[in-house]
Amino acid sequence: MAEASRQPSRRVHGAAGAIVLDGVHKWYGEFHVLRDINLVVKDGERIVICGPSGSGKSTLIRCINRLEEHQQGSIIVDGTELTSDLRNIDKIRAEVGMVFQSFNLFPHLTILDNLCLAPVWVKKQSRAEAERIARQYLERVKIPEQALKYPGQLSGGQQQRVAIARALCMNPNIMLFDEPTSALDPEMIKEVLEVMSELASSGMTMICVTHEMGFARSVADRIIFMDRGEIVEMAPPEEFFNNPRSDRTKQFLSQILNH
Amino acid sequence: MTATVQSPSPGPIAPPAKPNLLYRPEFRQAVYQILLVIALIIGFWAIAHNVAVNLARQNIASGFGFWTRTAGFDISQTLIEFDNQSTYGKAFWAGLMNTLLVAGLGIIFATILGFLVGIGRLSSNWLIAKLATAYVEILRNLPLLLQLFFWYFAVLKNLPGPRESISLPGGASLNVRGLYLPAPVPESGFGYVLAAFGIGILTSIAIAMWSKRRQLATGQRFPVLWTSLALIFLLPGAVYLVLGQPLGFEYPALRGFNFQGGMAVQPEFMALLVGLSTYTASFIAEIVRAGIAGVPRGQREAANAIGLSNGLTMRLVIIPQALRIIIPPLTSQYLNLAKNSSLAVAIGYPDFVSVFTGTVLNQTGQAVEVILLTMLVFLTISLLTSAFMNWFNKHIALVER
Repeated sequence: MAEASRQPSRRVHGAAGAIVLDGVHKWYGEFHVLRDINLVVKDGERIVICGPSGSGKSTLIRCINRLEEHQQGSIIVDGTELTSDLRNIDKIRAEVGMVFQSFNLFPHLTILDNLCLAPVWVKKQSRAEAERIARQYLERVKIPEQALKYPGQLSGGQQQRVAIARALCMNPNIMLFDEPTSALDPEMIKEVLEVMSELASSGMTMICVTHEMGFARSVADRIIFMDRGEIVEMAPPEEFFNNPRSDRTKQFLSQILNH
Repeated sequence: MTATVQSPSPGPIAPPAKPNLLYRPEFRQAVYQILLVIALIIGFWAIAHNVAVNLARQNIASGFGFWTRTAGFDISQTLIEFDNQSTYGKAFWAGLMNTLLVAGLGIIFATILGFLVGIGRLSSNWLIAKLATAYVEILRNLPLLLQLFFWYFAVLKNLPGPRESISLPGGASLNVRGLYLPAPVPESGFGYVLAAFGIGILTSIAIAMWSKRRQLATGQRFPVLWTSLALIFLLPGAVYLVLGQPLGFEYPALRGFNFQGGMAVQPEFMALLVGLSTYTASFIAEIVRAGIAGVPRGQREAANAIGLSNGLTMRLVIIPQALRIIIPPLTSQYLNLAKNSSLAVAIGYPDFVSVFTGTVLNQTGQAVEVILLTMLVFLTISLLTSAFMNWFNKHIALVER
């Protein structure tokens, strides 16, 4: 099913790297949020970004689908450069899925309608086709029985799994996760992480901002540590946890691992 | 021995002893309510008795006998036929129709203008946003009565007289006596144009339904708006031309000191309609802005992130959620507009209050009956409006839990 939902023809740009950030800078007024970010994410690679709050990690991934605008440098997603050209933005947003900390499901629509909205209006699928695919993804995130309920009737963990399914319905090549488990109770974190791990093993390119270090260790190809708008450290999990080079990384790791 | 030990008894638990009647909440509540009802009855009886005695002392007959008597006054603008031989009862209906006319049109205009200004305040265009803000801050912070005086005395009563009236396109004229419009006079064959118009509307509705079903089935979209516009306007237009333009116009023409013929809109009506609509629109604009701003920012981001354009995001995600915040305060504004229409008295528009509670009350002296009827009329209008809005609100309410 994982293979069926991904079209091999989409991998044309695989060699070039699914995402290339080159010298990206961003300011909020005077505040320098992103400083000279250089990052190449290969197709199918799983990246975890961590760092203290205010370090710019959310801003970084929000730049990748243009929810935030970068002011210097270039971002190329799947061979398309993000400029102010609206056609490029629409193209990239249809190819990049995003999951938010606060789920952001549409409360006035049923779960099924939440999932079908973009496929019907953006990809011009028929409602029947969109519904068939939506039910497949609900099956995959293990809540097929909730299809006709409203978001307000679901638990936080269920809502976040619906949000993941909603993003998958657009058949994206890349998934961005912005602290997907930070608003959840501990027992619900597990069910969401399981879905994300399953997704990772299907070969999806993933960039995930999270503090779930267990998830990072088992799933990530590379872990990035950000502080004050800079990428401080970037390494595979083994090296990142056992041999961090920078002092700031060591300090951060000791704070989040020692309790 | 066992009787002295307070051990839990194995048998059925005995009900606790009932407290004295005075200390039971049900009893106390019942007593208070009965006392209140008695006090109300005594109060109403005292007022009614007082009124009856005073009226009898002044030799004023009570009751609705005046309803069928001849009114003996004229009303400057009516929707139903009315002259000074008509009855007071007919004056009631003539005034009521005038109030409903100005309130109904006012609600429509205020809603359209209010939505435009409200969305304008949120615009990223600096000029539009500032203009909308200025509109709201000026219009809602000046007393409505002052604004009605402005429109009536400063604008419409300062227009030139009939001989120097301003010509508007299409044969209309505007002067101090009002707005004169050409009156359409249908000739033989015009029925076909109307029929074509009706067919255009029905076909458009059918196409809209078909297009929605097709979109659900295949995902293809159909340009419903443009097809409908063509059907509704071009089709009757074509029929109109083919049949040799079977619609004449009676143009208002200057004869002597005033315009004759055509349709005349009185300045009192225009001033009241413009004043009420623009004033209420400023409040509606704020309600609309609050409604849209009240939808969490994450909703827009989520919609953008799954690829919806800004227009689709507004239509499918933001507006449906904003409406549920907008409707309840919007209802209050509709009620305010309907009630504020009674300020018509100040500029001489013959609305319900001016005609019935003013002239009829003065002539008949039936204060109690007239005031009661007036209150009943406004209560009915308001309750019907809010009943409709509540129904609509329930229809779009969110399901939570």
